[in-house]
Amino acid sequence: MTDFAQFLIAGLSLGAVYALICLAFVVVYRASLVINFSLGGMVVLGAYLAYQFVAWRVPFFLAVLLASLVVALVGLAIERLVLRRMVGQPVFAVILITLGLLYVLEQVCTTFWGYDLRMLGDPWGLRTFAVAGVTIKVVDLWTIAASAVALGLLFFVFRRTTIGIAMRAAASDPEAALAHGVSPRTIQGLAWALAGVLAVIAGVFIGSGSRGVDLSVSAVALRAFPATILGGLDSTEGAVAGGLIVGVVEVMSAAYITPNAPSLGSNIHVVIPYLLMIAVMLVRPYGLFGTAEVRRA
Amino acid sequence: MTALPPAPEPAAPLLSVRNLEVVYSDVILVLRGVSLSVPARGIVALLGANGAGKTTLLRAITGLLPLHRGRITKGQVDVEGTAIVGAPAPAIVRHGVAQVMEGRRLFVELTVEENLRVGGFTRPATAASESLERVYAMFPRLAERRKAIAGYLSGGEQQMVAIGRALMSAPRLLLLDEPSLGLAPKIVEQVREIIEQVHAQGTSVLLVEQNAVMALAVAHYGYVMEHGKIVRDGPSEELRADQDVRDFYLGGAVTGELRRSFHDVKTYRRKKRWSA
Repeated sequence: MTDFAQFLIAGLSLGAVYALICLAFVVVYRASLVINFSLGGMVVLGAYLAYQFVAWRVPFFLAVLLASLVVALVGLAIERLVLRRMVGQPVFAVILITLGLLYVLEQVCTTFWGYDLRMLGDPWGLRTFAVAGVTIKVVDLWTIAASAVALGLLFFVFRRTTIGIAMRAAASDPEAALAHGVSPRTIQGLAWALAGVLAVIAGVFIGSGSRGVDLSVSAVALRAFPATILGGLDSTEGAVAGGLIVGVVEVMSAAYITPNAPSLGSNIHVVIPYLLMIAVMLVRPYGLFGTAEVRRA
Repeated sequence: MTALPPAPEPAAPLLSVRNLEVVYSDVILVLRGVSLSVPARGIVALLGANGAGKTTLLRAITGLLPLHRGRITKGQVDVEGTAIVGAPAPAIVRHGVAQVMEGRRLFVELTVEENLRVGGFTRPATAASESLERVYAMFPRLAERRKAIAGYLSGGEQQMVAIGRALMSAPRLLLLDEPSLGLAPKIVEQVREIIEQVHAQGTSVLLVEQNAVMALAVAHYGYVMEHGKIVRDGPSEELRADQDVRDFYLGGAVTGELRRSFHDVKTYRRKKRWSA
């Protein structure tokens, strides 16, 4: 039972990180109907930048803030310089471009930081504490709490602020939104910048604790993609639910399936999110919370 | 027939469209030299059958043509003497032109209040909340239902939200595209009253309608559009009395069989006169 509780907390921590990335997928999709695969690159770039700022003796939280700012600008730049030129082109082509950008961003990271694992220098490290016999990593609690705050803040923006409501309006009916002065350009730029900030928070938590930062952070981040599809590509609530579900299921399957069924190999937990996605899509092709009538491009 | 508000003094027009030509996808000529004007504090009706180009004219005025691969190839659109051709849609909203698109086009999964707030997007927060209070004062029903999801409202309520949302930008000119479409006669009467109310508060209205009875009852002046051209215009009383307009737009001629073009009606009437 204590094992289970421990796995549950680890799963929720991973799920919270996935939820952030899922939300970044959803925000960009809703604004521009593009599945942004370069997100993996934004996550790993954010983690490396945070590492670099800390290495330059910037206090950790300020380092994260600076990294967020830089990656938000990178997101904005991608939207302005690359995607803006693709307006009116098939969405498929745009998605392929984001896939290309993923590799560009990853190469930029290896150019500056190479392939060695870098320890992030986060304030939590390997510290743990025990509650009723359950060992809890400090970093996991921070991950869950910080993600909850970030998600809460974002939902507040979407529900209460004019710009957030305008973002939802533009997703609902872009032409009607434009007719009332909501420029899709503003909304799309904002969405990409927001995706950048979410990517950095996610990247920092993936790379903190015992894990460290290397290029595989990007691969971890992209495992949030099946979670996004699972929750529904156009649903912010679905993003959070999908992220949490996949995070918990992934940790649980690593903990319980691998030891009990070694013949399935040691990486079954990487496959499980995709199996889950396929299973859900067979029943609900638009995801758990997605709109049944997903708009065509 | 209800009494008409007094016709406004002729003054410099609030909206002036001159010789406007619009092409879709660089090949389909939809507007072929349209000229019309809306005076300050006026209500003007634009009548015409489906496909005449009425909605295209509204898109041209509000800067929404690029979304439909449309382009203004000739002509001018002035609002209070300022040329707005080529301006982006948000700039035109800021310049005091708001529109209610055909089919209302609410943000269906947003609440009533959220829909209205989007209408005030171009304005500073304090001005927007003042507008919100004014819209609620005008439509008490919306104040009651401010937390309701817009998609679940009745047709009449949705039309109120659509008009209220457009009024949130405190426009000098309100463009209405088929506000009576799909509404019960009783609700159409309500829409008519709303238009009069909007006008009484100092906003000019360009009303695009297929429901000519309603449109000519509320408007001071009317234009009839056909195949991308204005084929007839005049004060509402005159249009209401005009036999051709009556035959085509005001009579029982709403079934598909009887829907001939304005020109056909004209030649048909001429033939009838000659043969008589």
